Amino acid sequence: MSTTTHGLGGLKYDPSKKARAPEWNVFFALVGIILIFELVGRIVMGDSFLFNTRDNVDTLFNQQRLQIIILQVSITGIIALGVTQVIISGGIDLSSGSIVGATAMIAMSFAQVAMVNGNPNPKAIFAEQGWLDLPVIVPVAVGLACGALAGFINGALVAYTRIPPFIATLGMMVTARGIAKWWSKGNPISFPTESYAAIGKGMMPVIIFVSLAVLFHLILTYTRYGKHCYGIGSNEQAMRMSGINVEKMKVLIYVIAGLLSALAAVVLSSKNLTAQAGMGVMYELDAIAMAVIGGISLQGGRGSIIGTVLGALIFGVIISGFTFLKLDAYYQEMVKGMIIVAAVVLDQWRQKSRARG
Amino acid sequence: MSDIILETRGLTKRYGGVHALEDANFILRKGEHVAVVGDNGAGKSTFVRQVTAVEQRSAGHVFFDGQEVNFAGPLEAREAGIETVFQTLALADDLDVPSNLFLGRELYKFRMGPFSILDRKAMRDRTLEALKTTAVKIPNVDNPIRNMSGGQRQCVAIARTAAFASKLVIMDEPTAALGVQETAQVENIIRGLKERGIPMILISHNLRQVFDLVDRIVVFRRGRIVASLNKDETDGNDIVSYITGVKGGEPANA
Repeated sequence: MSTTTHGLGGLKYDPSKKARAPEWNVFFALVGIILIFELVGRIVMGDSFLFNTRDNVDTLFNQQRLQIIILQVSITGIIALGVTQVIISGGIDLSSGSIVGATAMIAMSFAQVAMVNGNPNPKAIFAEQGWLDLPVIVPVAVGLACGALAGFINGALVAYTRIPPFIATLGMMVTARGIAKWWSKGNPISFPTESYAAIGKGMMPVIIFVSLAVLFHLILTYTRYGKHCYGIGSNEQAMRMSGINVEKMKVLIYVIAGLLSALAAVVLSSKNLTAQAGMGVMYELDAIAMAVIGGISLQGGRGSIIGTVLGALIFGVIISGFTFLKLDAYYQEMVKGMIIVAAVVLDQWRQKSRARG
Repeated sequence: MSDIILETRGLTKRYGGVHALEDANFILRKGEHVAVVGDNGAGKSTFVRQVTAVEQRSAGHVFFDGQEVNFAGPLEAREAGIETVFQTLALADDLDVPSNLFLGRELYKFRMGPFSILDRKAMRDRTLEALKTTAVKIPNVDNPIRNMSGGQRQCVAIARTAAFASKLVIMDEPTAALGVQETAQVENIIRGLKERGIPMILISHNLRQVFDLVDRIVVFRRGRIVASLNKDETDGNDIVSYITGVKGGEPANA
């Protein structure tokens, strides 16, 4: 039974012609970009982008490159997961990068060792208080609490003062960056404990990113929270009429985004073994760009975590591809910018053609 | 007293200086279907919004099912048993049919506060069941309703109301945007409610439909109730005279 006829004027519906999930388009774009790099690499560089060409290694793919592709987008990817649910619910979060900076500074100052090479830690922030060599749970908890607080302020501003999310989170963006600079008067904070340094070591960022991506995919697909994110982004008034506490939901959505930014800050500062006031600058835009390239509609209501993960991978592939082709970083940014615009234009076209039906 | 499901006394709503609804006294008995008619801006939708607590009334009392009620919001009204189809469809376009049907009253497999896990299969099954009893046909309930026609979407909204209807159904111009066939389908749902003995308030501009479906017709004019007429004791011209103000200069009780 390929065609079924239903009521309403005998509308015909062919179940086999179900619309292709938009994530497939992002996936094809990813494959296309990889193919371009592979082809250009073979022709221009005489080397493969993706496959292993070294004789001393016995793997099909160039594993090192694959690892780098995902490693370099893992931390912004964690932020992008939070940004995705914010955008799906019809909002925007410009503050993630600054929250990364502020929480990295604050968390790191609770993660410092007492002694460096037999001398007292010269950069210890809380030396007087003796808050050194603390168990790893302390800096992590403090960092997450800061992120949650920043997210709570964002969410409360958006939900209860009804100012546009753009403005509320822009305010947080500037404020949190100020806090990051003020915290140690602009000095970097270094020398974390070993257990803190382990959080972002090696491939840990990838493991954290991938597990969180799976978790948030499940949350957005199978829980009330996810359903209501899409609902609020789709028709806030309808949600309100259906008795859903939209304000509370929005606060929760921004708190979770703040928590993810804070987690990214912990992973990043741990990976770099230092925290600086300028950490995470522009991360919010990278995160938004990943979501947008992954097909998350800025109008809200549409998109998925799978899309964002694919968007992040496209980012990683482009950065790696340009390095592989030995092209300057300037070109990377130009191409990144163009891809963001192209992604939104394609999304608009897709919507229009669907509306015409 | 016991056969009255809804009563309003002196229900009044002002928006600033605008008296959108003035001293509305309205009674609906159990099992009764009443139409609310009137010109644009006569106060019909305002009346519904006060009863369902989408807005808070400026003055007056509402009695529902034998008790005076002060609903804080539409959810409380709904929990008390008032199901409403609003003029602006309260549907989320990007969600599928089951999600819309169960918006705000989801079924769960496992409860964990906001992260409660939805029972998607149960919701889907009950959606198909609800659509079957209301004879609404939707090609694919798993599609976002954005891709559906206005009629299909309206049918989803009405099926939601009919499926959860317990004590009172209110429909605000349910067929305003619909084609002939779809209108007939909605009218069938309304007849089904009548058979089930569920009382209804129907707001409509379509007098043919009103005479077809309801027992009593209440006319609003300039924020006041100006007439309450049994269907058998009136006709279209009579109603139109009340709507336009040719008849019934004095406020009436419904």
